[in-house]
Amino acid sequence: MDSKLLARDEDILKAAEDWRKAGRGVALATVVETWGSAPRPVGSNLVIDEEGNFLGSVSGGCVEGAVVTEALDVIGSGKPKTLEFGVADETAWKVGLSCGGTIRVYVEKVE
Amino acid sequence: MRLDILSALNAERAARRAVVIVTDVSGGHQRLVRGSDARNDPLADLLDKHLRSGKSGMEETPQGRVFLTVHVPPPRLVITGAVHISQALAPMARLLGYDVIIVDPRTAFATPERFPDVKVLAQWPDQALPPLNIDRYTAFVALTHDPKIDDPALMHALSRDCFYIGALGSKKTHGRRLERLKEQGISDSQLARIHAPIGLSIGAVSPPEIAVSIVAEITAGLRQPPEARA
Repeated sequence: MDSKLLARDEDILKAAEDWRKAGRGVALATVVETWGSAPRPVGSNLVIDEEGNFLGSVSGGCVEGAVVTEALDVIGSGKPKTLEFGVADETAWKVGLSCGGTIRVYVEKVE
Repeated sequence: MRLDILSALNAERAARRAVVIVTDVSGGHQRLVRGSDARNDPLADLLDKHLRSGKSGMEETPQGRVFLTVHVPPPRLVITGAVHISQALAPMARLLGYDVIIVDPRTAFATPERFPDVKVLAQWPDQALPPLNIDRYTAFVALTHDPKIDDPALMHALSRDCFYIGALGSKKTHGRRLERLKEQGISDSQLARIHAPIGLSIGAVSPPEIAVSIVAEITAGLRQPPEARA
């Protein structure tokens, strides 16, 4: 596993602050709801910058790629988004959670 | 999230203070509530529930659905008594994520050799405990078995909002302790906060087993709502 996925929460939020203060476009993704078996608990964070660099995790690595893509959109538009991933999702075969759970992720721009 | 909210959040966390971010997930409106201001907030009850559990989560409110991002300081365990049980208890508590501090004025007991990787204060409780700022995220145990050390330590813990207080000693020993503390003017309702004999009843015999029963009881104090406890 990418060691970046193991970063502690405080590092992630500090990174979000530092990256923004350094003038980068930044989005923060937060797990806000989970159903069934979910890899990361509610409150877990992923921070993303405009170049697609990221730190933290919202799943065990299953959906981070999709969240990063959506986050780039949020950084561009400034409008927050709520994303849902799970086996019931029609995109599950592509970016679903292999553990069978469902998660909802709130993605917002840091501004 | 606004940068000023994010900066304030990081500052509160660095200072070991609890804080909640309230986010309206449909509209995106966001505000920060400091733990010390939570009781005067319109969402006081919800905030209190989340500050106690330390868990973030979605909640229904009269204003709609909000997400509460909860940040509480890592729990601490303050152990009075650098004794054999403490040597097992300290590493177990560290595994569970606690910051551990050991207080014992007896310098032969309170040595870094006996307690690697743990903060050890070779001081009397009256001197050592007040600066620790024991808060609701602190568990407190008294394990010296010596009233000269345990009693003042327990009196300090009872004056604070710690989530767990436990004291070593049989029912008989604890009975005598309650009488002494009552003479010091501690009320029955306050004294009822002390878990004694300490630890869950699992037939523990050796010091590490007793430590297991203590960390289990502390975990129940941290995670279980009071009505669910036996």
